[in-house]
Order: sequence, then C-alpha cells, then structure tokens
Amino acid sequence: MIIIINYGMGNLRNVEKALASMNQQVKISDNIDDIKNSDAIILPGVGSFKSAMDNLRKLNLVDTIVSEIKSKKPFLGICLGMQVLFEKSEEGNTSGLGILKGKVKRFKHSLKVPHMGWNTVRKKSRNNLFEDIPDESFFYFVHSYYVGPLDKSIIVGETEYGIKFASAIAGDNIYGVQFHPEKSQSVGLKLINNFIYACKKNNTMS
Amino acid sequence: MLAKRIIPCLDVKDGRVVKGINFVNLKDAGDPAENARIYDKEQADELVFLDITASSDKRKIMVDVVKRVAEQIFIPFTVGGGIRTNDDIRELLNSGADKVSINTSAVKNPDLINKSSEMFGSQCIVVAIDAKRIDNNKWKVYINGGRTPTELDAVKWAKECEQRGAGEILLTSMDCDGTKLGYDIELTRKISDSVGIPVIASGGAGKLEHLYEAIVKGNADAVLVASLFHYKEYTVRQAKEYLMERNISVRI
Repeated sequence: MIIIINYGMGNLRNVEKALASMNQQVKISDNIDDIKNSDAIILPGVGSFKSAMDNLRKLNLVDTIVSEIKSKKPFLGICLGMQVLFEKSEEGNTSGLGILKGKVKRFKHSLKVPHMGWNTVRKKSRNNLFEDIPDESFFYFVHSYYVGPLDKSIIVGETEYGIKFASAIAGDNIYGVQFHPEKSQSVGLKLINNFIYACKKNNTMS
Repeated sequence: MLAKRIIPCLDVKDGRVVKGINFVNLKDAGDPAENARIYDKEQADELVFLDITASSDKRKIMVDVVKRVAEQIFIPFTVGGGIRTNDDIRELLNSGADKVSINTSAVKNPDLINKSSEMFGSQCIVVAIDAKRIDNNKWKVYINGGRTPTELDAVKWAKECEQRGAGEILLTSMDCDGTKLGYDIELTRKISDSVGIPVIASGGAGKLEHLYEAIVKGNADAVLVASLFHYKEYTVRQAKEYLMERNISVRI
C-alpha cells in the first residue's frame, strides 16, 4: 500500500488517480499508523513552503516522515513535497525537514515567475526513475522556487529556465521531482510507474 | 526550453459544452468529459472550462462536471465562471481542478485575489481580464461577461492583480473575440511586458498565423483557442506543427 500524505497542500486526487490507473493500492491519509504501515510514501503539494511545514507540524507528521525515510522506506516528493526535504527555504525563511542538505531558492532572473508550463528534463545520470523515458521529455511545471542540493550527485534530472536547476533528484530510497508527473500525460505516468517498480525491487512491496 | 502552451477553451452551460457566436445561437456540443478526453489525446497543453450558466444555484452541476473531467485527463485544467469566495475555489480544487479563473468577483472584491492566493498558492489563481479598446493604447476592463464597463485601466489592473498574488492573467480582447481576425497584439504585448507573470492571450484566433503573432509579436506565454478547434478547422497537433516549423518551442 502506498500512502499519499494528506496535509492540506493541494490536489491529492490527481496523484491518487494516477496510481489507481496502474492498479496500485493507494490511500490518502494523515494518520501516523497508516504512514508507518505503508510500503511507500508520496508527499505531493503545491502552495507555500511555510504553510506546508506548518501543516506537517500541526498534524504531528514531521518525526514520522523523517524516521520512515531514514528507515529506508521509498519516498517520492512532488513539487513542494520535494522542496520540504531540504534544510531551508528562502520562501518565508522557513526550515524544512532537513533530510537533504541544501536550500530552496527563488528564481531571480527576468523571466516570468512562476515557471509555468511544459519544459524538458535532461537526464543527468542513469537512474531507474527515468527508465524508458526519452531524454529531454516534456513535463508540466508550476513553481517559483527550486532546490539547490549541496550534494550534486543526487541530481538525476536538470531543467533550464533562465538558469539550470535540479528538476529531479534521487538518492537511495529518496526520490523527488519539481514537476508534476500526475499532470504530465504518458511520460508522467511512466515515471510514477518507475517509482512503483523501484519500490518493488526494494522488496518493500508485493 | 519552456514550451508555449496551446489551450483549448470550452464553454459549459448547464453541464454541457456549448458552441455559439458571441453567446447567441448556442448549440449543444456534447459532454465536457468526452471533449476533454479528446483534447487530452490530441496533446493540448492545458484546458480551460468556462461555466456560462447564468445562475449560481447550478454550481453543483459544474462541480460534477469538474469531477468527471478530472477523471478523464492527465493535463492541468482551469475552471472559471461565477467564483466568488475561497469556499467556491476550495470546492472546485477538491473536485479535481488545478486552477480557477476569477473575473468579475476579482474586480468587485480585489481582496479575493490576496486571500485566495495566500490560501491556495498563486499558481492556481488565474485572473481573467476582459478588455475593450477605448483609445490608442488604452483599454478598459469590463465585467459580467463583457456587459458592464468599469473605470479600470486594463494594464494597471493587470499589474495590480500580479501584486495581489495572481499567478497568471487570462487576457481576452472584447474587440477581437469572435471576429476570427486575430488577437489584439498591442494589448497582449502591453500587458505581457508590464507584468512578471504568464499571460494567456485570448479572443480572435481565426487562423494558425494568429497564434504565431500572439506569441511572437504579442509576447504571450500561452494562447487560448476556442472555435478554431471546436469546428475542427485545425487540430491541436496541426497548430503545434505550424508553430514548430516557425521555430517556436512547443510540446509535440
């Protein structure tokens, strides 16, 4: 069972629908036991970094998420759900979960912000997240901030919007994407499917 | 490279897609979810649904439409028409919409832009502006589906919307809408260059060249297309191929 964490940050139904289309058992929940008993965790989210962290704290989910990730449970963060993995964000000068080293920064160029629409992802290193997905495929983005990981080796996908930024990360059991695979048609579904496959290979899921 | 977006727009009345010219002679054009599925298959980049149902007591019908559409597609979609409060917005987002478009209520109650963008994030608050040319390089904002003029200058209003937290502007030229003679390039350019958020050009597309002009000369980030696609004059694919041949970044 995959748990989509419900913390009041945007449309979870789309992610659920994408997983359901792959006949994957899935549950939207904010219950600590559900999260602990799950085979994998997905943390979606749109909106502001500060509200996301406030909501996770209010629901008492911070410790659970951190300990589940540290115990090597497969984790996929989508958009804001990836950003909160990092130490700090310029958005509201707020601390994140601090699982990954680095900061979340705002686009400071003269291009339009939010970065909204379909943009390409260049694969940076071989990773099962992008298995059978052509290089430079288009994914749907909508964000004003991007992650700057200190450890560059976790960057598996890069996108250009005024600057090059990390649009996909992967390290061990942790996966994160800045774009919305659940809104990116067939390539997006393929990426989610690859995550499920990675979970299965991890022997955490039947 | 960020692609320019091609966005089909569907008018929905009483839960059905309708087609007409300048809101008259409306004809039934089928089920919204079925239309959405076809556009998704044609690789439209997003979809916009505008509820032109007059009365707000029929809101429940639109919520059902949104739910059924959301089940069918894996591209972002925006819903507009008659949205007045954060509760209205929440209901539509919870039903599966990715963004909402507010127009009249944003003018009457500009704080709604601040409140909704704080609550749900700028990325899902689109402010729709209906603008009519009153002079050289001057456009006035109209509300209530273009029936009521306001005192607002369209360019100033667009800037204010951005400051208040709008994530995107859906800009319709009332002069060009329905004419099929092309978008209002000057208006589009003026507003697109005045704000730091994306602008969707709307109103007037009659041939593929018009999409090109809105993007290149008007500096639009996306183009909204209605009748050109509805009447099957062109497919989304043909529009994208046309633009790609002219060196515009599109998603194919």
